[in-house]
Amino acid sequence: MSQLIIDGQTIELDPEGYLRNLNDWSRSVAEQLASAENLTLTEEHWQVIDVLRDFYQTYEQSPAMRPLVKAVGLKLGADKGKSMYLMQLFPGSPAKLASKLAGLPKPTNCL
Amino acid sequence: MSQIKKSFLLINRQAPYGSSAARDALDVALTASVFEQDISLLFLADGVFQLLQNHQPQGIRQKNLSANLAALPMYDIDQIFVSATAMQARGLTKDQLSLPAELLDDQQIAALISRHDQVMSF
Amino acid sequence: MSLHTLNKAPSGSSATQDCLAALQAGDALLLIEDGVYAALDAYAPLFQHAESLAIDCYVLTADTEARGLTTLNSLFKAATYSTFVELSCQHHPVVSWA
Repeated sequence: MSQLIIDGQTIELDPEGYLRNLNDWSRSVAEQLASAENLTLTEEHWQVIDVLRDFYQTYEQSPAMRPLVKAVGLKLGADKGKSMYLMQLFPGSPAKLASKLAGLPKPTNCL
Repeated sequence: MSQIKKSFLLINRQAPYGSSAARDALDVALTASVFEQDISLLFLADGVFQLLQNHQPQGIRQKNLSANLAALPMYDIDQIFVSATAMQARGLTKDQLSLPAELLDDQQIAALISRHDQVMSF
Repeated sequence: MSLHTLNKAPSGSSATQDCLAALQAGDALLLIEDGVYAALDAYAPLFQHAESLAIDCYVLTADTEARGLTTLNSLFKAATYSTFVELSCQHHPVVSWA
């Protein structure tokens, strides 16, 4: 997959499916990226995506797992600031998958 | 098996943006933190310039190092030390720094270095 | 008359001393990249010779802003990239101290 087409607009993706241009992101882009990963976004997903986009705004980088867990805990409460919670929402590698859906670069320094 | 957790001291000696040294050190710090290592950062000589506030590198088309450094506490890296000698030589004071850091004199720096398992200089 | 550009911080190498020693009356000096740290007040004593020769001293704003430098030695005038081009055209030769 190297591009998405949404409302007639072509959106370029890198070979791993991350947006090439961060300004292309929108909620419908996130939904399409999610469906390509066999995910349906719920309110819980959107909360985490918002936390990630705030993180990127502040620190100009996508977080690895540990800072993501910490940021989610600070913003959404300690019960959600757990890797198990994020693993359930974004199976596999939550930091990578959630960054992809949030339209951010792939986190570096991430296991 | 050798010990799994080691203490790392990363010494930053170069100013930001003129070379990749500052970014390389930060990459090592963040990567080591993912492996849950014990990490301290020491800013020496021109390295103290990395900690000045309010970098605006859009004009030279580089990423904002101070925004990236601000994420260190999110990676649980909060052992940050600065050379008092270097600060004084450059007319800088602690309130000009972007992160909470502890000022050390040269003797304290020598002691800091000797109590770490791994020391890397950038 | 020459334009001297300097892109190393004072303590990084001998570039600053070497550059300052080579100045002649009528030359211009432009600090760029890590050279802009030399415009901090703490390094003002280095520029006494340049000041006595009435050297036109500039510092590239994109590089001071990038590094978060706000209070600078008043000897230096702010230069944009366009100023850099103008200075390069007005002087010969252009010497890059690195």
